[in-house]
Amino acid sequence: MLGIEDKGVMAAYLLCIVSAILCVVYGLINWSRGDDSVEPDDVKWAIEEQKVEDKI
Amino acid sequence: MLAQGVGLTEILFVLAYLLIVVYLGFLGYMRTKSATDYLIAGRRTHPFVMAMSYGATFISTSAIVGFGGVAGMFGMSLLWLTFCNIFVGIFVAFVFLGGPTRRMGHCLDAHTFPELLGRRFDSKFIQVFAGLVIFLFIPIYAAAVLIGGCEFIAVKFGIDYQVALLVFSVIIAAYVIMGGLKGVMYSDALQGSIMFIGMIILLVWTYSKLGGVMAAHEGLSEMATIPSLFGKIGFQGWTAMPAFGAGVAETAKGPNPNGYDLWWIVISTITLGVGIGVLAQPQLAVRFMTVKSKRELNRAVLVGGVFILVMTGVAFVVGSLSNLYFYKYEVITGKIVSTTEKVGVIAKKEKDIEARIPCQLLHIDTNGDNVADITVVGKGYDVERDGKVVLPGSILMPKAEVTELADGMVEVRPKATSFLRSLTQTKTGDWMFNTDSIIPNYVTGAMPTWFGLLFLLTLLSAAMSTLSSQFHAVGTSIGRDVYEQVTGKHGHGIAITRVGIIIGIVIAVFISYRFRGGYIVARATAIFFGLCASAFLPAFVGGLFWKRMTKPAAISSMIIGFLVTAFWLLFIKDKEARALGLCYQLFEKHSLLLDKPTWPVVDPLVIALPISILVAIVVSFLSKPHSKEHLDKCFRGV
Repeated sequence: MLGIEDKGVMAAYLLCIVSAILCVVYGLINWSRGDDSVEPDDVKWAIEEQKVEDKI
Repeated sequence: MLAQGVGLTEILFVLAYLLIVVYLGFLGYMRTKSATDYLIAGRRTHPFVMAMSYGATFISTSAIVGFGGVAGMFGMSLLWLTFCNIFVGIFVAFVFLGGPTRRMGHCLDAHTFPELLGRRFDSKFIQVFAGLVIFLFIPIYAAAVLIGGCEFIAVKFGIDYQVALLVFSVIIAAYVIMGGLKGVMYSDALQGSIMFIGMIILLVWTYSKLGGVMAAHEGLSEMATIPSLFGKIGFQGWTAMPAFGAGVAETAKGPNPNGYDLWWIVISTITLGVGIGVLAQPQLAVRFMTVKSKRELNRAVLVGGVFILVMTGVAFVVGSLSNLYFYKYEVITGKIVSTTEKVGVIAKKEKDIEARIPCQLLHIDTNGDNVADITVVGKGYDVERDGKVVLPGSILMPKAEVTELADGMVEVRPKATSFLRSLTQTKTGDWMFNTDSIIPNYVTGAMPTWFGLLFLLTLLSAAMSTLSSQFHAVGTSIGRDVYEQVTGKHGHGIAITRVGIIIGIVIAVFISYRFRGGYIVARATAIFFGLCASAFLPAFVGGLFWKRMTKPAAISSMIIGFLVTAFWLLFIKDKEARALGLCYQLFEKHSLLLDKPTWPVVDPLVIALPISILVAIVVSFLSKPHSKEHLDKCFRGV
């Protein structure tokens, strides 16, 4: 198949493509899901994170 | 010397690129478009910008040049690593680890990976220990990224590796000092886009040059019959898996204790070491925390999966196919400036092992300045001992075909595999085959000149974005995780952070200067990734998903994972133990298991990770669980 006879290498070649497709499908299905509201914890964290960044 | 090799066009091109990156960084900085601003202001991040910036951070010159070169040497079996990169590094990491890491990080107000582990298990020791491990070992990985970039610059511009290292280090240091560590998403996204376009062109061009997908693969498969230097360790062709087994291999030529070594190198070190190790990368965990919501992670899965396929998948396929190009298609037109006879070219160099193959070298000038800019093997000579051929160099080395043209010009067909075409001169003047030069040689020789420049930007992008996140981790680990925790002076670690970053850069540059050859880029990356997995993965995953996991369990699994990895690298794994030398000083042998086939090539991860997982589970059941209040605080909203 595709000029590669070794099953181990062919499997790796195809699995790379299949897993990338899996990522695309998952991303499309869940494109608008998980839009959590920003909690006070998140904002507190982000303000502290900026202080960490500023140090650097 | 630099001016000789680099033209004005190249300099202007790179300067223009650097100006754009700096401008975008400045723009982003002025408009405060860093990841945290999105969180603070509650704005939406463009998924493309987000995903490209992820990709640019996680794919480096190490993956493209280093591992691409290893694919040139060992073939497409490396695609198992690409599969792990996509399935484990993107799908599993983003879908299963991303959300909980982000939530827990925010609940515990953790800003670094060691801080997350330390606060989850309520242990200052964990934070300091993890911070020290990261601070001490990230420079090895950073060196791998630097070497990858320098090897390309050296080949592309025909300059010394040392000069390339100096120039590259100055560019990187300037970038880091001018605010590259801020992780401004627009400049990361530009770098990710350049990398993506560069690699797509590289793939399409390569397949079309070699007659299409089928013809290219078939041509490469047919090359399996060429006598190979790696046949002894189980190499069976660039489109075949290495021979699988453990112990002494029974071959047609008799028992061979190294007959399965290559399988263990490709699968245990390269595929598992790097493929699993990515889950416990400190930079990855921090990246998860900076996203606004789980939705951004979902979207990043889509783009990330494709991005990684295009980066490492293309590098490994093109690396493998470069063999077909060099063997069948490459024609060098120029003038043979000189020929050196019977030069011992280094094929393998490690402490107390130096395999040199006597070769005739052809030094060719291709640009008319009477200075050789390409050197290829003309032919090889047998190595004889007591009248017996011990190394059939005349068979193993390529035989270049030279056709005379008019005016003293010649056409040279090197007919070499990628590894044997990767001749490089060391700083001592010796010649060696250098795996890390394979991709640079291919891009310079097979691709058009304009692509060489685009690829230079691709590599600069890959190196700059990854190095900035690495030095970010170095700085925060020593400043926030070690200094502030040990002294208790919160908010006073700025000077230490900066000094830490400078020390990190200096160590990385020193390692890049000192070590070269022996696919060092891939090995250095694998060491760091494997160490992270064995030391941190059980505590990280257990901390996120298993409330019963205790502080003593996390501490003991981290220490055991670290110690077993260190022991394996110092005393068992031949290549590393040999280079480090402690085993030889104590026991007068380079590996304690040198006489036991297979063991000296098994990666530490295969031993250390199961042990550290087991320790985490057993000690958890033997020790007192965390209080309900502490667990409620950690798992709020997770």
